[in-house]
Amino acid sequence: MSYDGGSYDVIVIGAGHAGCEAALAAARMGCRTLMITINLDMVAFMPCNPSIGGPAKGHVVREIDALGGEMGRNIDKTFIQLRMLNTGKGPAVHALRAQADKFLYQHTMKETMEKTPNLTLRQGMVEELIVEDGHVSGVITKTGTVYHSKTVILTTGTYLRGKVIMGELTYESGPNNQQPSVKLSENLRELGFELVRFKTGTPPRVHKDTIDFSKTEIQPGDEHPKFFSYETKSSNNEQLPCWLTYTSEVTHQIINDNLHRAPMFTGIIEGTGPRYCPSIEDKVVRFSDKSKHQIFLEPEGKNTSEYYVQGLSTSLPEDVQLAILRSIPGMEKVEMMRNGYAIEYDAMVPTQLWPSLETKRLPGLFTAGQINGTSGYEEAAGQGIMAGINAARKVQGKEPVVLDRSQGYIGVLIDDLVTKGTNEPYRLLTSRAEYRLLLRHDNADLRLTPIGYDIGLITEERYAAFTDKKARVEREITRLQETKVKPNEVNEALADFNSAPIVDGSNLLTLMRRPEVEYSFVDRISPSAEDLDDEMKEQVEIQIKYAGYIEKQLQHVEKLQKMEQKKIPEDINYNDIHGLAMEARQKLTKIAPISIGQASRISGVTPADISILLVYLEHYNRVTAAKG
Amino acid sequence: MISDTIAAVSTALGEGGIAIIRVSGPQAIPEVAKLFRSRIPLTEAESHTVHYGYIIQPETGEQMEEVLVTVMKGPRSFTTEDVVEISAHGGVISVRRVMDLLLQQDIRLAEPGEFTKRAFLNGRIDLSQAEAVIDLIRSKSDRAFSVALKQVGGSLSQRIQALRHTLIETMAHIEVNIDYPEHDVEALTAEFIKDKSREVMEGIDKLLKTAGEGKILREGITTAIVGRPNVGKSSLLNALARDNKAIVTDIPGTTRDVIEEYVTINNIPLKLLDTAGIRETMDIVEKIGVERSKAAFSEADLILLVLNASEELHEDELALMEQIHGRQALVIMNKMDLPPRLDKRKLLHFFNEDSIVPMSVLEEEGLDKLEEAISALFFGGKLESGDLTYVSNVRHIALLKKARKSLQDAYEAADMLVPIDMIQIDVRLAWEQLGEIIGDTAADSLLDQIFSQFCLGK
Repeated sequence: MSYDGGSYDVIVIGAGHAGCEAALAAARMGCRTLMITINLDMVAFMPCNPSIGGPAKGHVVREIDALGGEMGRNIDKTFIQLRMLNTGKGPAVHALRAQADKFLYQHTMKETMEKTPNLTLRQGMVEELIVEDGHVSGVITKTGTVYHSKTVILTTGTYLRGKVIMGELTYESGPNNQQPSVKLSENLRELGFELVRFKTGTPPRVHKDTIDFSKTEIQPGDEHPKFFSYETKSSNNEQLPCWLTYTSEVTHQIINDNLHRAPMFTGIIEGTGPRYCPSIEDKVVRFSDKSKHQIFLEPEGKNTSEYYVQGLSTSLPEDVQLAILRSIPGMEKVEMMRNGYAIEYDAMVPTQLWPSLETKRLPGLFTAGQINGTSGYEEAAGQGIMAGINAARKVQGKEPVVLDRSQGYIGVLIDDLVTKGTNEPYRLLTSRAEYRLLLRHDNADLRLTPIGYDIGLITEERYAAFTDKKARVEREITRLQETKVKPNEVNEALADFNSAPIVDGSNLLTLMRRPEVEYSFVDRISPSAEDLDDEMKEQVEIQIKYAGYIEKQLQHVEKLQKMEQKKIPEDINYNDIHGLAMEARQKLTKIAPISIGQASRISGVTPADISILLVYLEHYNRVTAAKG
Repeated sequence: MISDTIAAVSTALGEGGIAIIRVSGPQAIPEVAKLFRSRIPLTEAESHTVHYGYIIQPETGEQMEEVLVTVMKGPRSFTTEDVVEISAHGGVISVRRVMDLLLQQDIRLAEPGEFTKRAFLNGRIDLSQAEAVIDLIRSKSDRAFSVALKQVGGSLSQRIQALRHTLIETMAHIEVNIDYPEHDVEALTAEFIKDKSREVMEGIDKLLKTAGEGKILREGITTAIVGRPNVGKSSLLNALARDNKAIVTDIPGTTRDVIEEYVTINNIPLKLLDTAGIRETMDIVEKIGVERSKAAFSEADLILLVLNASEELHEDELALMEQIHGRQALVIMNKMDLPPRLDKRKLLHFFNEDSIVPMSVLEEEGLDKLEEAISALFFGGKLESGDLTYVSNVRHIALLKKARKSLQDAYEAADMLVPIDMIQIDVRLAWEQLGEIIGDTAADSLLDQIFSQFCLGK
C-alpha cells in the first residue's frame, strides 16, 4: 500500500537542530526541500539542557550565523538569559551562552520554517531509503508514502533504535518518550553502513515552587548582553537568573548505597557514554575524593515552572533520583516533575563520510548531527548547515564547500569526525582547535560571511554591512599607524591608563599594543572621523593587541593550507604504492582522504608514508599530464 | 611549494676526513649567513662559489669551526632550491657543533630521504626513479624508526616523559579553565604557570647539561659480543679496547650486566656491548642478566658471535646462529691456539666465508683480521646506524633548546599577565617539541588528561 508523495531536490529526515539548519539552508539556496519528522510538535526541541552556547559551542553558533544559518537569530529572539563567559581571558575564548525559553525556541524556529519558501514540513516516520543505480533517490514512510528526491539528509539524533534506561527499567523510546525509529536503523545496516551504539543521559526536572532558593547562590545574566547573531542589535527580553547549589555527603552516600541498581555498573548499559558528560553516579565513583559537586538550577522557560537540574544526569531508579534530589541544599522538599534517564542509540561510524558529510557508500545520502556520533545542539546545527549546503550544491552540480581547521570550529568538528572517527559521543572543546586564536567569537563574520554570501545564504544587504564594517576597521588600523604622537600629547592620558609615559615620539598603533591601553584612549587623543560602533572598535583593538600571536598562527595555517591544497585523486589505489606501510595502506583505503593534509591527520599514517604518498602523487600527476 | 628549510649531514660519520652538511630551502642562504663569517657575506655570494671562513656563535661572535661553504642557488642545485653546503673537518664534535647551531635557526633537521624527495618533487629527478625514491624514504625511515625506538626505552625518554607529564597537567588545568569556566576547579594563576614553566625549564637544563660535549661520543655502531659463557667474550672486548683508543668507558646509568666500551676502529666509532652468556637459566640473578643481554642483542647494529674452536658446536650456539641469521654479524672462532674440534663447515650454513674470523684472543692473533672485516662491512655501506643515532641526538638537543625557548616565552607572558589561552600556545608548543623527541605527538592525550584530572559534566 503506497502512494506517491511528490518529488523534491532535498529531503531532510528529522527536525532537530541539525535538521532545521539543513532544511533551511537547502530551501534558501533554492532547492525544493521536504523535512519529515516523527512528531511536528518536536521541531528544534531541546531534550536536555535548556541552553545554547559556551566555549567552542557558542563559537559554532556565531559561525552558523556568519554563514547565514538560523540558530543564532533564533536564540536571540528566545533567550531568557545571556552571559559572556571567560571575559577575564583572551578574546579568542570569550564565549557567549544563553539560557533558552525552550518552548519559545521551538515555536519560533517552527514558524520560521513554515514561512520559508521552497520548504515543506511533513509529519511521518521514514522507514526505508530508496536506492536506484547506487544513488539514493527517495524515502518511504511508515504510512506508505513514497517521496522522491535527488538527495537525502539523515538527522535522526538519538532516535535510531533508541532505548531509554532507568534503574532496572528499559524500554524502546526516543528522547522524552517519543517513538523511536527502528526500521530505518535496520535499513541502514542492510545498505552496508557500519553503526555503533552510543549512550547519553539527562537529569531530572523539578518544580520551581518547591525549591528553597535562599539556600542557593544566584547566577544572573549580563546587564548589557551581547548577542549571537550579527543581525541582532538590541533586545527587550527579560532575563531570569540561574541558581547554584551543591551535592552533599548524604547525596554521595545515597548513590554509593544504590550502585547495585545503577545501570552504568550493572551492565545494562552497553553503549559508550561521553567522558565529558558523566552521570552523577559516575562522578561520585570516579572522583570519590571530591566531597561535593556543583548543581545549577536552570529555568526551562518563562511560562513553565520546570527547572533543569544541571550536574545531576543519572540513570538510577526513580525512587533513588528523588532521594538524591532531596539531599541537596535548597531541594529538601523538592517535587520531581520528570525523572532523568540514560538513552542508548545507533550512530554512524563517521569515517564513512566525505568531508562534505555525504556518505561514501551511497552517493546523494548525507548525515548530520548526533547520528554522526556528536553530542550537543550546536555541534548538530553546525553539521546540519554544512550538510544542507552541500546537498543543495550537489543538486545544483557544484563542488562541495568544506571548511578547513583554520576557518572554523565547524571545520575542526567535521574534519575530526571524518578523519579520526570517534569512540564516544563527540563534544567540541576549544582545545580541539590548533588555531584557537584565529577562531574567535568576534571574527566569525570575517572568517565565514564571504563564504555564506558566495553560497547564497547571506543577503546583499547584510553583505554590504559586513564589507563596510571590514573596510572601516582596516582604515582605522591604518590611521592609527599613521597617527604620530609626541610625549606631551599622550603622557597624561597614558598615566590615566596606568601606562608608562613615552620619551620619544610614537604612533597610536604602537601604544594600542600595550595590554593596559584600551580603545577609549584613542577616542580621547584622536577620535576617528568615521562612525565606529563598539563592535568595530573591539575588532580594531583585538587585531592590534594580539597581532604577534595571530601572525604566529597564520604562518602555521599557511603550511596547513599547502597540504590541504594537494588533492588526492578519488581513483587512487593505495595497494599500488609499494612503499607504504601496511597500516597506512589500510587506513588510507578506509578513510579515503581528499587531500594530503587530511591524510596526514589519520592516526597510524606516519610522516614517511606521507612523503611516499607525495612522491607517488607527483609521479601520478606527471604520468597523467603526459597522457594529456 | 615547500617552504621549510632543512639540513642534514650528507657524509658518513667518521673520525677523519671532511664532513659535509647540506642545507636546502628558501631560507638556506640567509639562515646560514647568520652563522658564517667570511670575506664576502654569504647573502652577496654568487651561485656556485666556494667561500672560506668560520662558523660563529651568532650571539657572541665566537669562532666555532673553520669551514668551506659552497652556495648553489636554485634551480641549479640538487633539490632545485637554494642549497648551501658546509664542509667541516670530519670529527663528530665539529659536525655536531655546526648542526647544533643550524638547528637553532629557522632550519629543521631533514626527514630521512628528504633531499631526494624534494629533488624528485621539484622535477629534478627522472620519473623512472620514483620507485627508487620511495624505497630510499622507506628504508631510511624504518632504520630511523628502529633507532628512535631504541632510545624510547632509555632514561632520556623517561625523563622527557616526566617533564611532559608536568606540562600536560598544567595544560589540562588551563584548558579546563577555558572550556569549563563555571566549573569549581581551582582558578589558574600566573604564578602557577610560572612555577610549572620554571620547573620544566630546569629539567631541560639538566638534560642539556648531560647531553653536553663530554659524552658526545657515546654514539657509535652498537656492537654486541655474544656467545656461551667462557668462550672469551670479555677477553675480546678487552683486547679491542686495549688495541684501540677507548674514548669513554663505563657510563653510569647503563646496566651493570652489559659492559659497554667505546672504541674506534679505522675511524669507525663502535659501542661494544659484552653481554652475559646467552643461555636459558633458572638462576634469578643470572636470568636478569640474560634478559638484558637479549635486549642488547636485539638492538645491536653488528653482532660478534664468539665460539670456542676447541669444542664442538653446542646446541645453544646453533640456536643463537639461527637467531642471528640475516643480520650483520661476524663469527669469531676463538682459541685457535688449542687443538681444533669445531667443524667450520657447519658455520657455512649460516655465514659466508668472509664473515668467519679465526682468532686467538689470548695470543692476540687475528685481531687485525677482525678489524679489517668490520671496516669492510662499514665502508661497504652495510653498517650505518651510528649515523642515525648521532643525527637523532643532534635533533634531540635542538628540540630541547626549542622547548626551553617556548617555556621561556610562556614564563615571560605569564609575568606580563598575558591571557592564559595565549600562554597556552607556548606551553603546548613546548609539550609538542618534547614529544617529537620521543615520537609522541598525539593531541588526544590532552583530552584524556583533562577528563581524568577533572570531574566535569552536566
